[in-house]
Amino acid sequence: MGLNKDYEDIPGTFVFDADRGREGYYLNQFCISLRKAPNREAFGADEGAYLDKYKMTAEQRQAVIDRDWNQLLELGGNIYYTSKLAANDGINFQELAGLMTGMGIEAYRAMMLAGGRSPEGNRYQHEWDEKGEK
Amino acid sequence: MARITAGVGCSHVPAIGVAMDSGITEQPYWEPVFEGFEKSREWMKAQKADVVFLVYNDHCTVFDATCIPTFALGCAPEFAPADEGWGPRPVPVVKNHQRLASHIAHSLILDEFDITIMNEMEVDHGLTVPMSVMFGDKGIDDEWPCLVIPLCVNVVQYPAPTGNRCYNLGKAIRRAVDSFDEDLNVVVFGTGGMSHQLQYKRAGLINKEWDTQFLNRLTSDPVSLSQTPHIDYLREAGSEGVEMVMWHVMRGALDDDVEEIHRHYHVPASNTAVGHIILENKKDQKAKI
Repeated sequence: MGLNKDYEDIPGTFVFDADRGREGYYLNQFCISLRKAPNREAFGADEGAYLDKYKMTAEQRQAVIDRDWNQLLELGGNIYYTSKLAANDGINFQELAGLMTGMGIEAYRAMMLAGGRSPEGNRYQHEWDEKGEK
Repeated sequence: MARITAGVGCSHVPAIGVAMDSGITEQPYWEPVFEGFEKSREWMKAQKADVVFLVYNDHCTVFDATCIPTFALGCAPEFAPADEGWGPRPVPVVKNHQRLASHIAHSLILDEFDITIMNEMEVDHGLTVPMSVMFGDKGIDDEWPCLVIPLCVNVVQYPAPTGNRCYNLGKAIRRAVDSFDEDLNVVVFGTGGMSHQLQYKRAGLINKEWDTQFLNRLTSDPVSLSQTPHIDYLREAGSEGVEMVMWHVMRGALDDDVEEIHRHYHVPASNTAVGHIILENKKDQKAKI
């Protein structure tokens, strides 16, 4: 019997499990390296040469170069790792969330000040499907 | 004998640390967040804790993906604040009660909790933010007023340990502390949460109703609360809301019979609902009188 991944039907959410951890291992190890200042400097000096040190897939590498924050999660990245790449770029957690939701930084901040995103209509994938949200 | 007298539940939002470190806590955005900790700081001072046993999680700062221990107990002499990508927080180094930490490690393993022992470790905002909100501003040349034993729990790679496991670990920590031969007042912190989702398209989820029932049941109904399945945290309180399993360690370490001394809840701090509670063992309250 397989594992019951009952969390896969939460819309707009990637639960970072062991399968995703395996897929994203080198991507995440690259991201966490940026928490150290000398590595941030080396990455800033030559992104391509720095990325060559990590055995990530071509797709993952391109998502890093493009700063495609959602694609990074889709390819096995975890938010606490990808936030290190964001921090390197001067983007904080709230700004990053604004970018990932597609709302933009200002609209996202306003939503949080108004009490955040309600769980109503945001619990199950079918609720998003019915609303036409992707 | 050492004894656990009280517990603290507390969010550890990194932006709270940034707000304190940059001196903007009186701005309108932050003022209501910090107001709720004024009473807590007075309580903390009056409590005269010798040791804080602090349950928290690392946020892919000190632990990278090479090794992911479910429970890692800090047994080093001290723990320096880590660089999380924008320089270490300017707060004091955390000093351990190393003999008690070793005693707890020994006791837990014989009690069948096979924890990982950390003889060198830095600590991130998961640990330092609760220290800051409960003890107030301290600079790098100051000292925290008490010793700290860190317990780092994996809640980043799914699955985190179950709430039930965490609650029972709290019981085992209690047995360990109770059997230590030095007269010490120990306060347990369970940190993280409350509802929040930091990632992907559903980021920003907040569930005040769910958080409120969690705080209510922590006092009156802790055993059944600890049985909450992971899917409920993920769906109802956001993917990062699962951090709240760490509060069960704190609750398990207390008596069954506790009194709620203080509560604070505010939305938002950055992406997160800030929750905070102080619980005291009723029998220790009687002892004080």
